[in-house]
Amino acid sequence: MSTAKAFAATRSEGRAALVGYLPAGFPTVEGSIDAMTAMVEAGCDIIEIGLPYSDPVMDGPTIQTAVHQALEGGVRTTDVLHSVEAVAATGVPTLVMTSWNPVERYGVERFAAELSAAGGAGLITPDVTPDSVPQWIAAADEHDLDKVFLVAPSSTDERLAMTTAACRGFVYATAVMGVTGARATTSDLAPPLVARAKATTDLPIGVGLGISNGDQAAEVAAYADAVIVGSAFVRALLDAGTDREAGLAALRVLTEDLARGVRRG
Amino acid sequence: MSQGTIEGTYGDFGGRFMPEALIAELDTLTAVWHEAMADPEFTGEFDRMLREYAGVPSLLYDAARLSEVAGARILLKREDLNHTGAHKIRNVLGQALLAKRMGKTRMIAETGAGQHGVATATAAAYLGLECVVYMGELDTRRQALNVARMRLLGAEVRAVASGSRTLKDAINEAIRDWVASVEHTAYCFGTAAGPHPFPAMVRDFCRGIGDEAREQCLELIGTLPDVVTACVGGGSNAIGLFTAFLDDRDVRIVGFEAGGEGIDTPRHAATITAGDIGVLHGARTFVLQDDDGQTIESHSISAGLDYPGVGPEHAHLAKSGRADYLPITDAEAMDALALLARTEGIICAIESAHAVAGALKLAKESPGSTILVNLSGRGDKDMETTTAWFGLGDPAAPVVEPVETPEGPQ
Repeated sequence: MSTAKAFAATRSEGRAALVGYLPAGFPTVEGSIDAMTAMVEAGCDIIEIGLPYSDPVMDGPTIQTAVHQALEGGVRTTDVLHSVEAVAATGVPTLVMTSWNPVERYGVERFAAELSAAGGAGLITPDVTPDSVPQWIAAADEHDLDKVFLVAPSSTDERLAMTTAACRGFVYATAVMGVTGARATTSDLAPPLVARAKATTDLPIGVGLGISNGDQAAEVAAYADAVIVGSAFVRALLDAGTDREAGLAALRVLTEDLARGVRRG
Repeated sequence: MSQGTIEGTYGDFGGRFMPEALIAELDTLTAVWHEAMADPEFTGEFDRMLREYAGVPSLLYDAARLSEVAGARILLKREDLNHTGAHKIRNVLGQALLAKRMGKTRMIAETGAGQHGVATATAAAYLGLECVVYMGELDTRRQALNVARMRLLGAEVRAVASGSRTLKDAINEAIRDWVASVEHTAYCFGTAAGPHPFPAMVRDFCRGIGDEAREQCLELIGTLPDVVTACVGGGSNAIGLFTAFLDDRDVRIVGFEAGGEGIDTPRHAATITAGDIGVLHGARTFVLQDDDGQTIESHSISAGLDYPGVGPEHAHLAKSGRADYLPITDAEAMDALALLARTEGIICAIESAHAVAGALKLAKESPGSTILVNLSGRGDKDMETTTAWFGLGDPAAPVVEPVETPEGPQ
């Protein structure tokens, strides 16, 4: 199911969408499915499932820790697709966020076909650009999947236009120049980037990197179509340690705070 | 300048698989590099620094006693004699000069053995740039001497404790730094790998190795060598040597990869011999990876070859058949290191000992041939590893006799 449906709903409510991320297999495959289900129940409009990769250059220490735990636990690409199926069954559009090599290794066409069969909405590909992965663009078009590429404050106008033209579903604007991780203050680079992106496309623009609470979510929701949160969710689970119930409770509290935030924006 | 139809690709390999945040900078870097290489002022300054500061051109040395043992004529390109003790100084002086041209005030680098880190710290000190070096935590322990050298040179060394705590993780961390600091920071990449323009740019800054060696060889023996060889981790010293000989179809080109404990074990770094095509650190190349595309941790006794990827031009030279790539085990490299020490009085880096070991094997196959070896670095930094390997540290303990000591000079 494309994210278009979720954005149609949030637009009709006059608010931004809340997009939540967790890596598959963290703390376990079933544990991550439970966690993401809790995030859906508490108010996430779209879910991004991270495909754990050994060399995640766009991730800060929090997500690196979670991904490392997931890989140590033996998570496989097929587990990610299984997780997509389980989370998408809640009715919320579910994307996979992944570094490129695991997709290429699985087979781009095969990955797209199985993602589609699992009910997945599409892929977010943070470490590649549209001009480097034509085979994914072809496979996504073939299987009716969302293609979410990133734009950055450093993107030239020409590259912004090229990138948003290649996107389907939404455009992911990175609020800061840097890797994932919660930050104390929101970025002043994000609003002008969103404005530049909007000038090139009618697609919704999501903003991520560094958002960790409802106030920050409200601030971003004032100018973006989606608020994307990752590290803060991972942090909530990491802090709960082996206490699963406490972890799920913390996720619900955080999700509700963020969900109120996107409705204030 | 680059091979292939699209700039930055080498047959099926290379390219630029990088986050959008860095693409504008890579485009600018490519443009500034092309412009600089066409500017006589830049190339003149680069040549002057190499000559007056780095001690280049390095000697081509006719290793008579080693040749006698080997049964072939072995010529050593003495990059170990360069300032900072390895070929790496060529690359960093080029990149540091470019950084200045781009108005950068800070340089970051990754390092495995520490040679590239020391070279970068040196160039930063020489040209007045701030310097931060990322080094796998495991490597900081294997190469403590180089850590001390970098710090003395004024660089900050950041030990990387993520992943396998080696070179690939240091690269990941340096990329993370760069995404956040690109406005004022240059990434001085240490090998001929990574996204375009690094493979081509590093090659061009290092190609003096081969250009000099080719000329020196013609002068010394009146003809080209039968074979040119070098060790290959990421592959900067190798591509620096090979480039000058690519069009000499009669010259065989052989790169030696780190076979670790053997390519039939999981502990090696023989990427071309035993890896599969994938994308790592911005380029499509051969990668040690599992069925899911997760990078497999490599192993080599030599930190500088302990890398699960390889430069894309090497991948192309291997696939096209122009060059051969063969594995050398830890044990073979250490034997060659000792043999070189005892026949020639030269203690080379363990990285370079892989090329020496390979040359000894080639000599057995083709007795009487002429083999040019890139002796890419010196071995001081490795003495702790070497001491432990041969049991040299304890005066009371019997020393493992590494090789048959050859006869004295004639």
